[in-house]
Amino acid sequence: MKKTTNIVVAGLGGQGVITASDILAEAAFRAGFDVKKSEIHGMSQRGGSVSSDVRYGEVVFSPMVPEGEADFLVVLDPSQIEYNRHVLHPQGELITPDIFFDEDEGISDLDDLDADETIPITKRTLNTAVLGALSARLEIPESAWLEAIAANLRSAYLNDNTEAFLFGRRRNNSGA
Amino acid sequence: MSEQRLLLSGNEAVALAARDAGVRLGTGYPGTPSTEILEEFDALGGHAQWAPNEKVALEVGIGVSWGGGRTLVTMKHVGVNVAADPLFTLAYTGVAAGLVIVSADDPGMASSQNEQDNRRYAVASGVPMLEPSDSQEAYDFALQAFTLSEMFSLPILFRMTTRVCHSKTVVKRKEPTAAPPSRAYQRDIPGRVMIPAYARPAHRRLREKLHKVYDWTESCGLNYEILNDLSLGIITSGVTYMHAREAAPDASFLKLGATYPIPVEKMRVFASKVKRCLVIEEGDPYLEEAARAAGIPVEGKSEAFRFGELNVSRVRRILAGENTEPAPETAGGVPPRLCPTCPHRLVFMALGRLGCVVAGDIGCYTLGVLPPFEAMDSCVCMGASIGVGLGLRHAMPDAEAKRVVSVIGDSTFIHSGITGIVEMVYNPPKTGHVVIILDNGTTAMTGLQEHPGTGRALDHQPANQVIIEEICRAIGVTDVHVVDPVASGVEEFESLVRKCLDNQKLTVIVARRPCALLERKLKALNAASQTVCSGT
Repeated sequence: MKKTTNIVVAGLGGQGVITASDILAEAAFRAGFDVKKSEIHGMSQRGGSVSSDVRYGEVVFSPMVPEGEADFLVVLDPSQIEYNRHVLHPQGELITPDIFFDEDEGISDLDDLDADETIPITKRTLNTAVLGALSARLEIPESAWLEAIAANLRSAYLNDNTEAFLFGRRRNNSGA
Repeated sequence: MSEQRLLLSGNEAVALAARDAGVRLGTGYPGTPSTEILEEFDALGGHAQWAPNEKVALEVGIGVSWGGGRTLVTMKHVGVNVAADPLFTLAYTGVAAGLVIVSADDPGMASSQNEQDNRRYAVASGVPMLEPSDSQEAYDFALQAFTLSEMFSLPILFRMTTRVCHSKTVVKRKEPTAAPPSRAYQRDIPGRVMIPAYARPAHRRLREKLHKVYDWTESCGLNYEILNDLSLGIITSGVTYMHAREAAPDASFLKLGATYPIPVEKMRVFASKVKRCLVIEEGDPYLEEAARAAGIPVEGKSEAFRFGELNVSRVRRILAGENTEPAPETAGGVPPRLCPTCPHRLVFMALGRLGCVVAGDIGCYTLGVLPPFEAMDSCVCMGASIGVGLGLRHAMPDAEAKRVVSVIGDSTFIHSGITGIVEMVYNPPKTGHVVIILDNGTTAMTGLQEHPGTGRALDHQPANQVIIEEICRAIGVTDVHVVDPVASGVEEFESLVRKCLDNQKLTVIVARRPCALLERKLKALNAASQTVCSGT
């Protein structure tokens, strides 16, 4: 049986962690995989640490990524990297917004990124941009991603997020 | 219609099943992790409503069932405590149309005050129980639950857990069958009027029914074996089955979906086929104790694994026979907190400055216990703030008793704070008492649900509004203040509380200011309804 792909998306309440994992799970679902996605709702959403597990493959059993078995750990807020690192497989890959940072261009944190007019990423579209970078590393067709984004976002936010996603995806194709 | 393939949370799957089963009315009280079921049922076009509390919800559900309509009643695990009174007697009377009660348990307490294992309620009340392990089973079992309920004329306890409720998994939807025909109301005095003379035979009837349900759980397809390597056999249920399949892919399994009455003979036969037989279950040793009581040689989990959720890693440790665990990672985690613009902040600031003893309650505002406020002394259950506050005033020396206040939210007040006010008026402490109702116009903690005090129904459409201060006055509280803590500012609010504490009367202060998140949600809802209007 083909191995299950394990992804953990983490960040702080309000950063769009759940939306990102919803899009990811739906993209894998549309690509025909068995998918499970899990996170904790409720009290943990009040600005605190948030993380969501997405697993896909031929057959997925547990909805939660076992400790040390994440192939990808996507962290939207730098403060949450160390807290979540234990879920990552030794050969797994950490993906953070700093893939978009560029010291030469004067972009060294989320505020700089938000302010830069030449890059189509703001704090509100950071989640889909980082998802774009992740997408370049996964075997899910681009059409499934775009459908999943459209299915999970209100039309008013759709264009900005699609643009941010594609920017992240193109930017990281080379690194895949 | 061809089979539909969907990606749904367990809660969404139950809502869909309720629609496909032709449920006439869905009712409940919001509570994580159960809340989304009724919201989704409404979104799918079902008739859903929030009750003031779980007891009322179940009572309405009983009426709907006897009146001929299928009904779904949803609540979190601690909600079943509130609904337990009708539940136990409903088991005696039985149902007419199918009645399914969702108990959404919260092992690990992601958003709860305890991690009680409600499988015990099935035993205590004598109500058959189903336990789905993912969204597909949540859908399939919920559909079947309505038929079972009608077949045995008993309510069904549909026991879910946080991970089943909130995980999204693939669901294949069955072709919806025609809604069941309405049943005509039939009067049944000895069957439904539980005076002792009728209740005694009713209890005997319940036990006879449970024998029949037991025969069914022993033979039904929801409880099945997967025979692989016979050196290890695992008896399990719910989401734990998924963790265990992954932790021990080669093992044999007895997977239980119908877990009350417990199919003991099925466990005995399975245990006899395997060399080593383990019961792996989240929470209490419910199946394990039943197996041991029946003399079936099984191993259980060590007490260390009774606490919190299980997962693949923990199941591996159980399989390895470990009885201790490494401490979980906590460094760097950010705990939840009151929103920066939350109006409750000012109230807790004032109470902190006044050095009050604060009997707290259940809601966002329980976060007033955390720094920088640390302005809460207790939190027990929905509505407890008022009774506990009164008790403290009765027991403490006057000088200290005068500093005691009860703090309760608007939804919690409607849920079970009203009787506390009755107690205050009827048995007043000699130093009086001060109750602060934090009215942010919504059930914020669970995700901004409506309640009878908001003037809007579950679907956010206008409804009759229960006025909190009028209730307090009608009960007999003469000193009632309604203030906006944000408009008045912390100093003025503090001086009002100080004055009320010094008065030694019976006081209710309604601190009214909409939740900061509510405004955004209402705006979005208005925009959405306008789009619909202009589109038609």
